[in-house]
Amino acid sequence: MSLLDLRDLKIHFDTRRGTVEAVRGIDLSIARGEIVGIVGESGAGKSTIGNAVIGLLEPPGRIAGGEVWFDGQRIDTLSEAAMRRIRGRRIGMIFQDPMTSLNPLLTIGDQIAETICQHSDTSRAEATRQAVALLAEVGIPNPEQRMNEYPHQFSGGMRQRVVITLALCANPDLVICDEPTTALDVSVQAQILSLLRRLCRERNVGAIFITHDMGVISEVTDRVAVMHHGVIVETGDTQTVLAHPRHAYSQSLLSAVPRADARLARFPQLEYREDGAPPAERQVIDLQTHWLGRRGKAVQGGDQTLLEARNLTMRFVSHRSIIPAWRRDFTAVDDLSFDIKRGETFGLVGESGSGKSTVARMIAGLYTPSVGQVVYDGQVIGGTDAQPMAAKVRQQIQMIFQDPFSSLNRRMRVGDIVAEPILHHGLAASRAEAQSVVADLLDHVGLGADAARKYPHAFSGGQRQRISIARALATRPQFLICDEPTSALDVSIQAQILNLLKDLQAELGLTLLFISHDLPVIRQMCDRVGVMKAGKLVELATAEDIFEAPKHPYTTELLSLMPRVTAPDASEWAAVKG
Amino acid sequence: MIRYISGRLAQSFIVMFIVAAVAFALFDFVGDPVRQMVTEDASQAEIERLREMMGLNDSVAVQFWRYVSGAVQGDFGVSYFHKRPVGVLLQERMPATFELAGTSVLLSILLGIPLGVYTGLHRNGRIARGLMAVSLVGISIPTFLIGIMLIYLFSVVLGWLPSFGRGETTEVFGGAWTTGFLTTSGLRALILPSITLALFQTTMVMRLVRAEMLDVMRTDYIKFARARGLRDRVVHFRHALKNTLMPVVTVIGLQLGAVIAFAIITESVFQWPGMGRLFLQAIQQVDIPVMSAYLIMIAFFFVVINLITDLTYYAIDPRLRSGALKGNAHA
Repeated sequence: MSLLDLRDLKIHFDTRRGTVEAVRGIDLSIARGEIVGIVGESGAGKSTIGNAVIGLLEPPGRIAGGEVWFDGQRIDTLSEAAMRRIRGRRIGMIFQDPMTSLNPLLTIGDQIAETICQHSDTSRAEATRQAVALLAEVGIPNPEQRMNEYPHQFSGGMRQRVVITLALCANPDLVICDEPTTALDVSVQAQILSLLRRLCRERNVGAIFITHDMGVISEVTDRVAVMHHGVIVETGDTQTVLAHPRHAYSQSLLSAVPRADARLARFPQLEYREDGAPPAERQVIDLQTHWLGRRGKAVQGGDQTLLEARNLTMRFVSHRSIIPAWRRDFTAVDDLSFDIKRGETFGLVGESGSGKSTVARMIAGLYTPSVGQVVYDGQVIGGTDAQPMAAKVRQQIQMIFQDPFSSLNRRMRVGDIVAEPILHHGLAASRAEAQSVVADLLDHVGLGADAARKYPHAFSGGQRQRISIARALATRPQFLICDEPTSALDVSIQAQILNLLKDLQAELGLTLLFISHDLPVIRQMCDRVGVMKAGKLVELATAEDIFEAPKHPYTTELLSLMPRVTAPDASEWAAVKG
Repeated sequence: MIRYISGRLAQSFIVMFIVAAVAFALFDFVGDPVRQMVTEDASQAEIERLREMMGLNDSVAVQFWRYVSGAVQGDFGVSYFHKRPVGVLLQERMPATFELAGTSVLLSILLGIPLGVYTGLHRNGRIARGLMAVSLVGISIPTFLIGIMLIYLFSVVLGWLPSFGRGETTEVFGGAWTTGFLTTSGLRALILPSITLALFQTTMVMRLVRAEMLDVMRTDYIKFARARGLRDRVVHFRHALKNTLMPVVTVIGLQLGAVIAFAIITESVFQWPGMGRLFLQAIQQVDIPVMSAYLIMIAFFFVVINLITDLTYYAIDPRLRSGALKGNAHA
């Protein structure tokens, strides 16, 4: 008999503009000790299912139809009090972001012990003893001592271990993991995934893994359900579904996963649509006649160096003091040198905290290097002996940030956001010309000229990233810094954005500095790659060499930790174009 | 920790120094004190002698030093109007104001926090909506009107409570403090003015706690606490309420200062013999020593209260204790 059984489950959200059907009748069953993945893009309804099972759907969400059976008992109709006894005790849940899942004002020992005491008649002392044993089991060193520490004293990976302890401390039979490793680095992700898998096996716990990451699905799950717009389009044994997807949506979802084994000209885009309409054709920019082409100096070819980083070092103060000997600082970037050639895409890869973004900020002029220089087109623009950064140079370097939600001013119309750099640098003769340029740019990034009148909140994450790109293009730049431009986006949206960047680079002869922690994306985008670890550049080579013949042990380690999808040959499926 | 406190103390000293300078400058702005002390037909020699005696011919720095060292020892000079040392005047009035302010702030905490938690948790409930509507009235009616209405109802119509004064008081701590807490008439006299003064604070605390509760209840750790099957009472009071307290502590601290400093209106309405009325009289009679002393004292209360507020943050939030909020931004 299955542990959890969802029968024709429907979840609706009643809004002022009518009812949104988030989940439209799904059937899914999970056996004891089985790990089942639910995969799909954001908005597919994956998380809603997890919340519904554990009875924490937030209003206006409601179960509109179907049944949830757990261990022979129907639980969707239970009272709140009865459901509370199931939560934690029988069904545990792990959330995405370990940084916000723990109460910052209570020690982790308190949080674990209170949960154990809640579900059994255990004394506080006994609960504390159990908590220590559990922390040791999930791999936290010095558990006795760390019990008395607060969440902020733990790193992201360690916090997720604490979250796992909390979810499993009352010995539930089922655990729901909602994007448990999305917020973590690749090396930490690998550890957490193997820990979860081991715990589920040892304790014979059933698990639901909700994720958008095919790599995670392939690493841990036994079976997988592919969701699209509230419907499960395909279920089956994980290896079978990944190797031979039957449904067109599963095929296109899989093909959109960037590959680490070979570089393709373009990212395969998700082209599955329920109505089967073809995607709109994009107009190609002709630099001879286009506004973007009217920049002073023509781009020279060859392998001439455009940007050079000389011994860049950045130190942040970690402990202030009047007395110099008491001051402490933290070296985020340590003596980094590299050069970027005209027209190439230079990648920087590394885990969080390796200093990648700090390098980007120094080049963009947002940070002043403690030591070293940034040389752009022969001029020292940052660091010691920098000439006051001429507006002309600043205009040529633009940046696209990671978070599409906080990088746009939400009180400005999109048209004004994109027009601001044009007007600031005086690149248009009149406001009217600026407006027509803005309309044209928005059109080129695939949003349409109408977008100018709207505010950022009307757009999704991917669309906002397009707005950021349009804003960056508005100064007629030659050099774009892309700091994790797609790490907040779904794989299909990622493919669109990265293809857009590739197209623009080809049309405009742009030089890109591309920063990411995602190795397959780096492989697809970059010509040369620098690998960073703890502020140092450990390896610098062409993308081919980094992936095929890594020299530094750290590069090898990073590559080995990358979750792999056994990606079948893309040409197998007719629906997918290369 | 020690660095944080010493930094705060240094800031407090700077604030107090500036306030003292302003208070000192009051004497010169408002005219020559000697002219106000002597009669019209005083001779020039007499005036000079008085100036010399009062030290007004010394340099400004010397005079300021004398003023500050006096103030530190509680010597603020002699009131022009009462002809008594200002320090003694304040000492007589301070207990009345402190007892009134303390009682009303305590009331506002004891009422405001539970009401705020309740309205935050049941924000669409009928009772919660009713409370919010009533609180809007409480926040918008001026204090003096509430005072007058309360006097009318409970003193004039019902005759239950006294309408003015402090009732009988008792001297404690060897006469250094007079309290109304120990007699029935003193406690009865305290009821109406403290309710009047507390009404605004209560609504403010309640609305603040409610807004913070609404925010905190949406956080991931509350959702995770519920997903672990913790009892509602534990989730609400142990996990949620504690996280709402930082801004609440700030506001209560500032309010306590404001209540002490600006209880003037309530004190007038209820004929309460506190510092507020002393200050009001001082303004009417251009009694500079009283005004400057009042200024320094109120600034001192604010500084002390703020210091206590900051230390309370430390007690509540472990992240401040390890400096994590500042230090780890780039680590």
